[in-house]
Amino acid sequence: MIQLQDITKVYRMGKRELTVLKGINLNIEQGELVAVMGASGSGKTTLLNLIGCLDKPTSGKYYLEGREVSRLSSNELAAIRGQKVGFIFQTFNLLSRLTALANVELGMTYAGGVNRQHAIEALAKVGLSDRVKHRPIELSGGEQQRVAIARALVKNPSVFLADEPTGQLDSRSGQEIISILTSLHAEQGITVLMVTHETDIAHRCQRIIHLKDGEIVAEESV
Amino acid sequence: MKKWFDPLATVWVGLSTHKLRSFLTMLGIIIGVASVIILMSIGKGSTASILSRIQSMGSNLITIRGGASMFGGVRGAFGGTNTLTLEDAEAIAEQVSNISAVAPSYSSNLQLVVGGENMNSQVSGVTTEYKEVNNLKLASGSFFSEQEYERGAKVAILGSNVKETLFGDTDPIGQRMRMGSIIVTVTGVLESKGSSGMNSTDDAVLIPLTAMQQTVAQSRTAQGERVVSSIALTVTDEKKSDQVTEEITSLLRTRHRLGTGVDNDFNIMSMEEMASTLEETSATLTLLLGAIAAIALLVGGIGVMNIMLVSVLERTREIGIRKALGARERDIWIQFLLEATFLTFAGGIIGVVVGWVVSYIVSSMGLYTTVVTADIVILAVSVSVGIGLFFGFYPAWNASRLDPIQALRSE
Repeated sequence: MIQLQDITKVYRMGKRELTVLKGINLNIEQGELVAVMGASGSGKTTLLNLIGCLDKPTSGKYYLEGREVSRLSSNELAAIRGQKVGFIFQTFNLLSRLTALANVELGMTYAGGVNRQHAIEALAKVGLSDRVKHRPIELSGGEQQRVAIARALVKNPSVFLADEPTGQLDSRSGQEIISILTSLHAEQGITVLMVTHETDIAHRCQRIIHLKDGEIVAEESV
Repeated sequence: MKKWFDPLATVWVGLSTHKLRSFLTMLGIIIGVASVIILMSIGKGSTASILSRIQSMGSNLITIRGGASMFGGVRGAFGGTNTLTLEDAEAIAEQVSNISAVAPSYSSNLQLVVGGENMNSQVSGVTTEYKEVNNLKLASGSFFSEQEYERGAKVAILGSNVKETLFGDTDPIGQRMRMGSIIVTVTGVLESKGSSGMNSTDDAVLIPLTAMQQTVAQSRTAQGERVVSSIALTVTDEKKSDQVTEEITSLLRTRHRLGTGVDNDFNIMSMEEMASTLEETSATLTLLLGAIAAIALLVGGIGVMNIMLVSVLERTREIGIRKALGARERDIWIQFLLEATFLTFAGGIIGVVVGWVVSYIVSSMGLYTTVVTADIVILAVSVSVGIGLFFGFYPAWNASRLDPIQALRSE
């Protein structure tokens, strides 16, 4: 479903060029649960942003569900983000002035229209039925991340992209978040790509990709 | 169905989060729009009241005044010297076409005394045509008749203010009054025409010109003609005003024996002309007031832009989140443009209401006559919406161009 062919990404910083990704080749099938590991600066987040269509590769080809998306315009990429990609961030990235429900509805705003019933169902799936009217500041970190999962879930994306989803959580909340993701994967066959540096979390996935200095150095199946 | 509503809901959330800030931003527009409404309504109001005053005097009125004769190179003021005569008036009545009535008059300031009350007033000796020419109506009594005029009867018609001062609430008809050196009997009181700066008949006293000439106005010209201070006449057709003016000019120049190259020793003023001059002046004033108010509105608009730029900066992360969730550049652009436009539109509406209320208060306190017309309201509201679009454009464009990755990283 996700095919990366010889993807490179070069950032230009003044006169210096910084090559973050050096020829990545990667295939991820529909329904896989994949972890990406690596030291900071290894290019994990850049890879995730490219797959999530937030960024374009400098060279190489990227096929998402068979469609070449590496050369699309920013508007076309926005449409793909809206319909096919569900992001989960380390810092949750909820809008603080909106309630949990409104934050979930925001996930549908740019993906075909708001359906309140679906938003409420999504919150129920992550176990937040009693937190619908709460604002992010009234929720714990784990609860905020669950709202973020509901926000991604509500538009039925092709792929979940989670960038260190447990990075700001204590280990118990972190485990809960991972449990939600793995059970969503198990029950609904959702494709999940997760960046993490915690080995025990990575080992709850089916496949682990190790990045180092912008290259895939190892792959293992769990 | 809900999709239409979404951008507006987003705007509402955005603005209601910073209620005070939104209000202060709107305040600039409110003050701008309100001052446009107030100042324009005062301008329009004064135009309207000037025009109605002129209408009340009769728009087909032409007034000729003596004066402006040259004495050794020094030009006298109009009306300063009496160069018109009763004979001029008679000649005009006989020889100029398209006029219906000619009313010569001689005015002089005289002391009026009734019992213990006394006042100085302008007394005009007039002919019976004066009433018709000046659109006068009587509140009580009657105007003097042709016979009374012929024999120079010592009767007087009082303006409403004069009556008020000298007689108060008592009925003046039939009462006697000292006027300069003569005694006159009051036979009528004029209906009030309302306050009017120019030649208001409310402050006048009218007596037959013949009576005036027998007593106070005995001056004659070198040719032995009887002097009058002005001649008023009505034109049968307003459109013929210019033609009549020309005919009178050439007639009077001949009668006054003015050679070519010599200035007129009289001045002809038609109400038609005066109305258009005053209207023009007043329109210029309205425009000027509007321009001042427009500057206030512009300053308000710059305030909107300022706040929108700050708002975009402050919400960089929100923009990043929205973009990650699939917002296109256009979605972000519309969101911020709508916010700016909503601010100015709401400000415009509130401004119209405030301006309207203030205009009403100003007018009911009697400070100025104000007229709020639909075109001012429509103009003010559409200009304020335009300001939102114009000054919101750049901040919104800025927001839409943000790189989502950079935006997500910002704090």
